[in-house]
Amino acid sequence: MSTRINSPKLQTLTDDPLTRESERNGFAPLSARRLFLLGGIGLILTGMIFGDIFAIFTLHQNAAQVGANLAAAANAALAGNRHVVLANFQNVGAFLENRGTKVDTHVHMIDFGYLALLLAILQPWVAFSDGVKKILAGIFLAGAWLLPVGVYLIHYVGLAHSPVKTIGWASIAADFGGLLVLVVTFACLTGLWTRFRSERVRPADKLLGDRSTEGRILFAGGLALVLLGFFHGAYYAGADLYKHEAQDYSLLAQMSAGAAAGARVVVNDALTSYGQLQGAKAVNIAAHAHCIEFGLLAIMLAFFQPYVRLRSSWKRRWAEVLLLGSLLLPVCVLLEIKYGLVAGGIADFAGLLIIFALLAMWIGILRYTGELDASMANTPSSGDSR
Amino acid sequence: MSGSRRLLIIGGIALAVWGMSYGLWYAVFAEHQALDSIGASLAGSFAAAADRNPAVMESSLEQYREAKYVYDRQVDVHGHWIGLAMLLIVLGIGFDRVNFPERVRRFLALGLLVGAVVFPLGVLLQTLSHGPLPRAIAIAGSGFVIVSLLGSAMGVVARGSPAGAD
Repeated sequence: MSTRINSPKLQTLTDDPLTRESERNGFAPLSARRLFLLGGIGLILTGMIFGDIFAIFTLHQNAAQVGANLAAAANAALAGNRHVVLANFQNVGAFLENRGTKVDTHVHMIDFGYLALLLAILQPWVAFSDGVKKILAGIFLAGAWLLPVGVYLIHYVGLAHSPVKTIGWASIAADFGGLLVLVVTFACLTGLWTRFRSERVRPADKLLGDRSTEGRILFAGGLALVLLGFFHGAYYAGADLYKHEAQDYSLLAQMSAGAAAGARVVVNDALTSYGQLQGAKAVNIAAHAHCIEFGLLAIMLAFFQPYVRLRSSWKRRWAEVLLLGSLLLPVCVLLEIKYGLVAGGIADFAGLLIIFALLAMWIGILRYTGELDASMANTPSSGDSR
Repeated sequence: MSGSRRLLIIGGIALAVWGMSYGLWYAVFAEHQALDSIGASLAGSFAAAADRNPAVMESSLEQYREAKYVYDRQVDVHGHWIGLAMLLIVLGIGFDRVNFPERVRRFLALGLLVGAVVFPLGVLLQTLSHGPLPRAIAIAGSGFVIVSLLGSAMGVVARGSPAGAD
């Protein structure tokens, strides 16, 4: 069965009818794999852009407010005013809740994006019909968007018009979104388990057999990033974690004891050191976590390179840009303690590099889907098209 | 599917389910109480300082230290189990890129799985005992993960045809 098409691009898509047929089956319009892949990268992109905006416009201001309220609580203790102490701790709680919901929005969007990519890779082994898998993918994406949007709104909606005393509508929506994701994940795991138990039919997935240069760069680079993140995490746990925990306690003890003794200088010194300590803990944890997360992302994207319809040279460049940004971001986050805003600015730039590289790959995959769909539209079942 | 890939994928899925279940249990039954305890004890110590009451101040701070120590580890355990499970699954999918004989790959896969289970377990045990044994278990677990990852990375870079790739 051979086909002839006027467009050379479309001709390449139909050169090997059997291969193209299997690709169409695996990556057909609105197929589960396509939904998971495009939706997953979309979630990661949105989560990263949201994280950048949050870091620039909210995070530092929020941290300053938390610090100011803690200082006010310490000063109120110094003045012997317990009511002001408690009021300031309540403010700290409110600011931490605001910050926590923003961080959760960012983290859940990206993590659900990762999960979607993982499920996209595993689709050929999920022993359900295409229709069921498509429905599951749709439900997953609905839940994956509902949860972060709901979490983001918790701070603003509060308990307004809520049927429950302790949980607001935004929390209920977020929990429902989480439930949808959980149900779909368990359904996919059931499908996988069914496939593993019946080894009679082994689906072939050419995607995993790809050994292109850009795929190899992303896989090896991703593995190196994961290793680097582990090394740093292990070093931090061994060298600094227990020291930081002891300092956290001793500085708070200094603050309260200084306040009780009326020693303003001791309280102020402890407050300054406490702020620096929180910064040191945050950058160390963020650096190792980001390094491992970006490594995992690179490894997962390595599998999908055959779907990225860009020139080979550009695919390689975007893979390198993604890895460069993934290395630069955690390193500069780590250097923020020493070099402050300069390192922070470079870290933001590195985040942008990752976003651009991801966007380029996403567009490449969209182009691939467009070409694949066009070739299907031009190829009737008889295989004779013009 | 080769034994090493099967070990990583099935082990990773089992660990992810276990990590999520543990996280769900912790979120529903323990996390809110822990956060309340951390906030209340810290506020209590500062209020006691305002009242010039050093005994209550110290006991509240000690309560804060213990609650924070346990909370940080519980969150780390849940996060690391799920994160390592994802790593196992992703590596399992691409494990035929590790250009070593299947025997070596199975050994690396086993090291990764054991490390991924034991490392957070050691951290969890630290909430029960502050002694050296839980720390040693956590260090040994992370060592297994790092060495096996290093071996896998060497296998990806190494030239040669893998045995048993499907």
